[in-house]
Amino acid sequence: MSNQVNYVLRTVEERGIRFVQLWFTDVLGRHKAFHVTPAELADALDDGMTFDGSAIDGFSRAGESDVLARPDLTTFQILPFYDEREAVARVFCDITHLDGSPFEGCPRQQLRRVLTAAHQEGYTFYVAPEMEFFYFSGETGPLGQPQPIDHGSYFDLLPDDAASQLRRSTVLTLEEMGIGVEHAQHEDAPGQHEIDLRYTDALTMADTVMSVRHVVKELARRRGVTASFMPKPLADQQGSGMHTHLSLWRDDQNAFVGDGPYGLSDTARHFLAGLLHHAPAITAVTNQWVNSYKRLVPGHEAPVDVSWARHDPSAVARIPSVKGDFTESTRLEYRAPDPAANPYLAFAVMLAAGLDGVRQSRDLVAEGERVGKLPRSLADACDAMDASPLMHETLGSHLVEWFLRNKREEWSAYRREVTPFEWSRYLPLL
Amino acid sequence: MTYPTALLVPTADSALERLLVASGCRAVVVADVDSDIPMAAAAVIDARQVGVAAATTAARHVKDAGVSVVLLVVHPFQLADLSFREEIIDDFVLHPINGDEFTARLRHRLTRAGEAAASPHVTHGQLSINTETYQATITGRALDLTYMEYELLRFLAAHPDVVFTRETLLSRVWGYEYYGGARTVDVHVRRLRAKLGEEHAGMIQTLRSVGYRFSPSGLSDSDGAS
Repeated sequence: MSNQVNYVLRTVEERGIRFVQLWFTDVLGRHKAFHVTPAELADALDDGMTFDGSAIDGFSRAGESDVLARPDLTTFQILPFYDEREAVARVFCDITHLDGSPFEGCPRQQLRRVLTAAHQEGYTFYVAPEMEFFYFSGETGPLGQPQPIDHGSYFDLLPDDAASQLRRSTVLTLEEMGIGVEHAQHEDAPGQHEIDLRYTDALTMADTVMSVRHVVKELARRRGVTASFMPKPLADQQGSGMHTHLSLWRDDQNAFVGDGPYGLSDTARHFLAGLLHHAPAITAVTNQWVNSYKRLVPGHEAPVDVSWARHDPSAVARIPSVKGDFTESTRLEYRAPDPAANPYLAFAVMLAAGLDGVRQSRDLVAEGERVGKLPRSLADACDAMDASPLMHETLGSHLVEWFLRNKREEWSAYRREVTPFEWSRYLPLL
Repeated sequence: MTYPTALLVPTADSALERLLVASGCRAVVVADVDSDIPMAAAAVIDARQVGVAAATTAARHVKDAGVSVVLLVVHPFQLADLSFREEIIDDFVLHPINGDEFTARLRHRLTRAGEAAASPHVTHGQLSINTETYQATITGRALDLTYMEYELLRFLAAHPDVVFTRETLLSRVWGYEYYGGARTVDVHVRRLRAKLGEEHAGMIQTLRSVGYRFSPSGLSDSDGAS
């Protein structure tokens, strides 16, 4: 669409933009960028940027390493946290082969593929994540432990401290970028905060999660604060999750609305059944780090059981209440993911699991009935993923093989560690 | 401020309509030139759809109704059919349409006919949109819009006080290249309001279970923006 190219080039010129950041994501959801000057931009928009994919985690492939980053112009956005005199804009990229076909290692393309398949069945997938994170002072304890910058708790209204100011300015910046924030609040643990995003289609939201992580960290860094989306940074405090609200739409109607219990349709019940059925298999993606599994333990409001409930925090799925007759907001909440997941892959596997339930008309177990447990470690999660035909089919063999190899290496490195837990417990005894 | 009205004959084509708005016109679709023709400065007749002969007949009708500029959109292979129709047709644009050429030709003709809008600006109170440079400002502050946000704002602002359903906005602003379903409109309106800022968010009003309306004053008379 040439109007779009004109819009971007003209805006770059009019606003005196010095650099355009071309954003993309590796398989583990880490943020990558090229920086191009306005002079190079027109070429980058026309032809994409060729680069050696073997330098990027999960992109390497024997015999063929050059790939192309193609800007998705609908995502062109000026970044409001740079000085206007040195304006910077960003645009998300899709990674393709040199011939233009989608590259299997590109998470954004993988999500697109799953969304397109759903679209062909008439469904649009909307998501709204609640992102939790910690603000730390930047100083660390004797063993490297991070130090929270405040001692507040859930919903605490503290005197206007540094953390609240920082969170507020972050929310305002996100709004300026067009990112809808439903609300933001202090969470349960000291230094822990939460930003709840307003639903969008899953591709936009995966981009948004990348933007939120970047903005939260960047604005914190500028004030000498360290922001972290690490799932469980403090042993005795609640971890950071990314509870994700899911809904499926068909012809402008929420396909989850129906006459069943809690106002759910059969589609919603089958979707939920699919999500539960595949919950262990998708956990390696929704909770991809060794540390993720320290959050998924009993207590501290984290899910451990594969079950669903209206209120039980230990259940992996929840059916949030709908306010009054606002049935449009009918949705399911999947509580396992953490904010350090790759959002593209996490949304892709949640949708694939739920849609499989819809396609197979899977029966939903009774409320509170436990059909299993979430994997207890990254190693267990990798095995569950490996054994799942749905995961191989959804993400493709290139990505699954690379992912499992990387994650099993991480687990094996972790297994060799001797930890402070062992010194304090065993040295006096053994 | 008033804009010259331009007629689109015979059907609504979202790409052409965007170009008319970009040229500083208000677009009105006229499906049937035998019915009453609204007052307008220009008419764009799509001969690609109806052929040159039918387009010429339509051109004669709109000229008779007092329209001063008639612009035809034609396929290159239709060019030969245009000979000897110079007094009826003021100018033509070839398929595939180059947007800049289209707006330049239409503006040039409108200026010649003394019907051009004073500037490529759409202005409502504190909101100003320069359709030539694609820049929008509110109380002098530049808005950092994505392309679709910009297109949506420009479309709404070009039709003040008109209520549009989500479906209409999707087909006329997005064309068919949208990805997120009809809720896309809600998402973009939400973002636009956020970027306009709290005091100006009311310029885009929600009419519950109907759609959206641009209100220059930002004051609602029914259940308004939230």
